[in-house]
Amino acid sequence: MTECFDEMWGRDGVCRSAYRGFHDWFTGEDPRRLRAKQREAEEIFRLTGITFNVYGRDAAEERLIPFDIVPRIMSGSEWNRLARGIEQRVRAINAFLQDIYHKQEILKAGRIPQEMIARNDAFLPHMIGVRPPGGVYTHIVGIDLVCTGEGEFHVLEDNARTPSGMSYMLENRETMLQMFPELFSRNRVQAVQNYPANLRRSLAASAPPAAGPDPVVAVLTPGIYNSAYFEHAFLADKMGVDLVEGHDLRVIDGRVAMRTTRGYRPIDVLYRRVDDDFLDPLNFNPESQLGVPGIMDVYRTGGITIANAPGTGVSDDKAIYSYMPEIVEFYTGERPILQNVPTWRCSEPDSLAYVLDNLGDLVVKEVHGSGGYGMLVGPAATKKDLAAFRRKLKARPANYIAQPTLSLSTVPIFARSGLAPRHVDLRPFVLVRPDGIRVTPGGLTRVALKKGSLVVNSSQGGGTKDTWVLED
Amino acid sequence: MLGKTANGLFWMYRSLERAEHTARLIETGQRLALTRLNDPDAEWRPVLQSASVLQAYLANNETVTREAVIDWLLRSRDNPGSVLGCIEQARMNARMVRTALTGDVWEAVNAAYMQARQMLARKVSERDLPEVLRALRQQTSLVRGMTQGSMMRDEIYEFARLGTYIERADNTARILDVKYYVLLPSTLAVGSSIDNVQWEGVLRSLSAEGGFRMHYGSSPAPREITHFLMLDKRMPRSLAFCTDKIRENLTYLNRGYRQPSESLRLVCHIEQQYLSHDVDRIFEYGLHEMMVELLGAFASLAHQIETEYRFHE
Repeated sequence: MTECFDEMWGRDGVCRSAYRGFHDWFTGEDPRRLRAKQREAEEIFRLTGITFNVYGRDAAEERLIPFDIVPRIMSGSEWNRLARGIEQRVRAINAFLQDIYHKQEILKAGRIPQEMIARNDAFLPHMIGVRPPGGVYTHIVGIDLVCTGEGEFHVLEDNARTPSGMSYMLENRETMLQMFPELFSRNRVQAVQNYPANLRRSLAASAPPAAGPDPVVAVLTPGIYNSAYFEHAFLADKMGVDLVEGHDLRVIDGRVAMRTTRGYRPIDVLYRRVDDDFLDPLNFNPESQLGVPGIMDVYRTGGITIANAPGTGVSDDKAIYSYMPEIVEFYTGERPILQNVPTWRCSEPDSLAYVLDNLGDLVVKEVHGSGGYGMLVGPAATKKDLAAFRRKLKARPANYIAQPTLSLSTVPIFARSGLAPRHVDLRPFVLVRPDGIRVTPGGLTRVALKKGSLVVNSSQGGGTKDTWVLED
Repeated sequence: MLGKTANGLFWMYRSLERAEHTARLIETGQRLALTRLNDPDAEWRPVLQSASVLQAYLANNETVTREAVIDWLLRSRDNPGSVLGCIEQARMNARMVRTALTGDVWEAVNAAYMQARQMLARKVSERDLPEVLRALRQQTSLVRGMTQGSMMRDEIYEFARLGTYIERADNTARILDVKYYVLLPSTLAVGSSIDNVQWEGVLRSLSAEGGFRMHYGSSPAPREITHFLMLDKRMPRSLAFCTDKIRENLTYLNRGYRQPSESLRLVCHIEQQYLSHDVDRIFEYGLHEMMVELLGAFASLAHQIETEYRFHE
C-alpha cells in the first residue's frame, strides 16, 4: 500500500497545497471536539432522514451512509482540467446516442462492432428515429472517476441512465457548513448548493414544444420503499416540483397528466428515477406497476420530455465503456482528455485467455452489473472464488470484462487514531441542456471505510465525504 | 396539488391526532383504575371501546387486564391503531408527502417517530408510564406546533387541518358514545351530583377539566357537560368547534372551484342537524342515538372528502 498516492500527503509526505488550509485548522483542533462533531453529523443525518432503504430487509430499516468529516479537496486548476474532460465525454455520449438511434455512422465506419449494439439489452428499438426534445438524451450524468496519481484521473464508469447521489453531495456540504463554518471562511470553496435550481432550469430548457412558457416539471419515483426514495423527495422538494408515482399519472388527450385535487394536469418534463424497463407497461415490462401505460407513445409524438431519455443505457454499458476512447474521438474529433481504465473484453478469445491466466491480479465485472455486486477482486479473492469465477467466465464470456487492479488514491478519514488513509472515488454530476453542459464543481466522494478496502459502495460499507473545489 | 399528497397529509394528521388521543385515554384509564380500589380492571373495557379497538383486543387476548390493555394500546404489533402504530403511519405518510412539508415539520415528525420507537421498544413499566405518555404527547404537540408555525396557509395546510379535526371530532363523539350513561339525566335524581370520578374521567380524557371549571363552575351537571363537549365553540375538542373548523377548511378549499362542494354541504348538514339545538333537545332525541348517527356522519364526510379531492384513482 506504500506506493498509493495520498491526495493530502502526496507520495513524499508533504502536505499538498490544496489541503494546507484544512491541515492548519485540523492541527489546531481538539480531537475530542471533532469526535463529538462526527457524532453530531450522524444525528443531523438521522433527523433530516438522509437515509437509504436496504433491499430485502424489514421495510422499516433505513440506514445512514456513514459520513466522514475530512473533506476531499481539489485545487481549481486540477478541477478545471477534469471538468473539461468530463464535458468532452458527456458531449460524446450524447452524440453517440443520437447516432446509434438514427444513422449509426459509427457502426458503418467500423469503429464499434455491430453486435455490440445488436446484442445489447439496453438498446431500445422504440427509440429508433425518435429525436428527444431539444436533442438531449442524458440530462443528468454521473461520471465515476478514480485517481491514481498527481492529476491522473481515470473514468471507471459512466452513469447515463438515472445516476444517484447528488442529494448526498448537497447534504454533505450543508452538514459541513453547519458544523465547521470557520473552515469555509478560511478556504474559498466553490458552491454546489445551486444544483437543484440548475437542474430545474436545465430540465425546463429541454421541455417539448407542447409546453407553455413555464414548463411543468415532476419527479417520478418508484415509491417510498425504493432505496433512493430520500433522494427523489429531496430533489423534488429543492426544485419545488411535484414528486409523483406511476399511479398518480395517466395519459389524457395525448399528454401525460398527474392527478391533482382539482383534476388532471399535464406534465411537460418528467425526471424519472424509474428504469426503462418499468417505464411503460404497454411498451416494455407488462408487469410494471411503477410506470405509466402509454407514456412512450406520448413521448414519441413530442408530448413530454423524459429525463434521461429511454435507451441511454446503451452508452454506459461496461462493454461499450471499453470503446469510449474511440467514441470520444469519433464524435468530437479530439483526443480524449480523460483516460479509460484498460479493459479486456472477455467476449474476445485472446482477451479471455489473458484474463483466465491472470485472474488473481484482475478485477472482473459483469457487463450489466452495478452496485459492486457480482464482481471479483482478484487479489482479495480466495481460491474457491477464483475457481468459481473461472467457470462463470468460460460459460458466458461475453457477460464479463476485466480490468487491472489500480492503485487507487487515498484521502485521510478521521479515524479513532486520528487521520488514516482510505481509498476513494469521485462521482461528479453533469447537467446537459440543449445549449450547453454544466459540471457541478466537485461531486460525491465515496470512501471505503475499511482499511485497505477498494469497495466504496454504500451497500457494502462505504461512506461519503464532502468534496471541495477551491477557488484558485 | 396531487390527490395522493392530499391523502397523505390528511392521514398523517389523523394518525397523529389519534396517537395523542389514545395516549390521553391511557392516562385517564390509569387514573380511574387507581381510584377504583375494589375493581381496578373494570375501567379498561370502556377505554378499549373509546379507542374503538375492543373487538380486536378480545380477538387477541382472553382477559381485560391493565397490563395487557396498556401494552395493546401503546405498542402491540397486532393493533395498527396503537400509539406506536399511529406514529409509524404518520411518519410513513410524512415521507410520502415530504415535499409538501417544511423541514421543521418533517424533522418534528421524524423525531417523534424515533423517540416513540425507542421508548416503546419494550413493555412500559407502570413506573415509567406517566413519563412515557407525557413524552409522547409532547412529541405530537411539537409536530402540531411546527405545522402552525412554519407551514404556508394554503391547500396543503387545509388538508392537514381537515385530518386533525375529523379525527378529533370522531374521538370526542366516541367518548360520548361510550360514556353517555354517565351523563344521562334520567338515571339521576334532579339535583344530585353524578359520579364525580366518572365525569372527571371524561373531561380529563379530552384535556378539558380546567376549561370546564373555569367556565361552568365546579359542581357539574350532565346538561352542562354535554353542552360543553358538544356545543361549546370555545372548547377545542368539542364537536361544534371541530365541525366549525372543518367547515372553514372546506370553504377555503372550495374557493375557485366552479361546482359547489358536496363535502361542504355535508358538514353544514351535520351542524344544522345535530349541533344547532339546545341540550334539552339532544336529550329528548337521545344522546346515544345521536352519537351513533354523528359517528356515521363523520365517516361519510371523510369518505366524501377522499372522493371529491381525488385522494385515489
